Amino acid sequence: MEEVLSTLVRGLGFGSLYAMLAVSFVIIYKSSRVISFAQPAMMLAGATLVSYLAGPVGFYLAVPLAALGIAALGLGIERATIRPMIGRPVFVIAIITLGLDIAIRVVVNVFIGRDVRQVGDPWGLSTVEVLGLTVQQRYIAMIVVLVVVVAALFSFFRYSRWGLAMRAASLDQETALVQGVSVGTAMAMSWAMAGGLAAVAGAFVGTGGGVDQSTWVIALKALPAIIIGGLDSIEGAVVGGLAVGVVESFVAAYQADVAPWLGQNFSLVSPYVLLLLVLLVRPYGLFGTREVERV
Amino acid sequence: MLAVSNLEVVYDDVVLVLRGVSLDVPDGQIVGLLGANGAGKTTLLRALSGLLDIHHGEITRGQVSLDGERIDHLGPQQIVDRGISQVLEGRRVFGEFTVEENLRVGAHTKPKDRAANLERVFDLFPRLLERRTQAAGYLSGGEQQMLAMGRALMSNPRYLLLDEPSLGLAPQLVGSIRDLITAINEQGTTVLLVEQNASMALSIADHGYVMETGRVVMDKPAEDLLADDDIREFYLGLGAEGSARSFRDVKHYRRRKRWLS
Repeated sequence: MEEVLSTLVRGLGFGSLYAMLAVSFVIIYKSSRVISFAQPAMMLAGATLVSYLAGPVGFYLAVPLAALGIAALGLGIERATIRPMIGRPVFVIAIITLGLDIAIRVVVNVFIGRDVRQVGDPWGLSTVEVLGLTVQQRYIAMIVVLVVVVAALFSFFRYSRWGLAMRAASLDQETALVQGVSVGTAMAMSWAMAGGLAAVAGAFVGTGGGVDQSTWVIALKALPAIIIGGLDSIEGAVVGGLAVGVVESFVAAYQADVAPWLGQNFSLVSPYVLLLLVLLVRPYGLFGTREVERV
Repeated sequence: MLAVSNLEVVYDDVVLVLRGVSLDVPDGQIVGLLGANGAGKTTLLRALSGLLDIHHGEITRGQVSLDGERIDHLGPQQIVDRGISQVLEGRRVFGEFTVEENLRVGAHTKPKDRAANLERVFDLFPRLLERRTQAAGYLSGGEQQMLAMGRALMSNPRYLLLDEPSLGLAPQLVGSIRDLITAINEQGTTVLLVEQNASMALSIADHGYVMETGRVVMDKPAEDLLADDDIREFYLGLGAEGSARSFRDVKHYRRRKRWLS
């Protein structure tokens, strides 16, 4: 029992990271109808920035600073490369983000160097007893950060003036324009928010093990998460991210005993199996908007 | 005064939609703009509210001015900020939002006056107050039209541009929308009313313009338009004598019997 629970906590911890990354994809998708493949690079850049800032200012201040820095990067990217492409096919913009991803990673890799960089987090691999269960502190931190971030996003989109404006712009741009909403600003804000979120996720990806040049691959786990949840739903991204984390963690823990014929490291594939199963039942994702079709 | 002079608008560099349109909207009035499909009414509204850009339209000649200052180079949000608010054709409420959220988006440019404007809108449209927390997509057509008008009023506009508010509504609802437009006007908002329903528009307008294929072909006070023979015949469906014309008089051919003759 204890093993099941600690596997669950581990899954929820990593799931929280996937969820944060997935939410960052969804925020961009909702505003620009494009999946930004530059998010992995933004995450890596955020983690690297934290690893440089943590020394002088400490981890707790480094994370928000890095989030701001990467948000500014997102803002710049939107202004320089995405805004001029408004009205062009989405496919073209998606390819641009692929190029951006590679370009940013090359630059960031120079700063990472060949070794693993530590992000200077206070937790490392140390554990704590919670209700008789031994769990790593960093998993608890990840879950707490996800809860805080999701609560903040939820109230921002529900109650604030600009949150409403961003939602309005994603539903119907022309109508939003007529209400005096600057759709361009709404889009820029979504890229900045997605950048900031990716940076926070990156900082926590670096906890425990540190950051190296191949850390960006973790961000790709967000892809099955957003597809499971439905591309245009933030709730869906959170649920999808947590589901991917938990499934991966359980498969990693038990597959060797239960189904050894699947071979080693099957847990890496498991999110995609889950994705396949969900899509078979609900082709538009768990929370996605169903394509309304008149027949 | 909101004024358009000699306006020429081209879509996609080739389609000339407005050919020298001039129009004045004096403060405090209701101005009606009539015309058949494709006459350029909506394009004229787009030119006023800065929406031509996103439809690949361009003003090639003439100008739009507000109190003598040119506004045709401004973006939509600056125009809303200066007090010109448009209700798009077909209502276009945010279906997934609640009624109140729709209204709050309308208040985007005037966040300080939000509470006061919300009260004013709920006063004008008590139905919206009843349905405050419902998803706007589930409202009836008339309620959606009220919501769209209320949302435009949330920015406290001096000029309200209405694009076919009677579209697809039952005659009784058209009547209540008409009364609401009068009420809005009496509260001090100038209204430019674009309509195909000419009798509704002319019954409340002070001044009327008639557009055909990109030109203003008639420009008279509303009473004169109502009395005009051509308007009565082509827009109000009334014969010259004031009686509905029977098709029997129009028919100039004899029915041919094809069977058993």
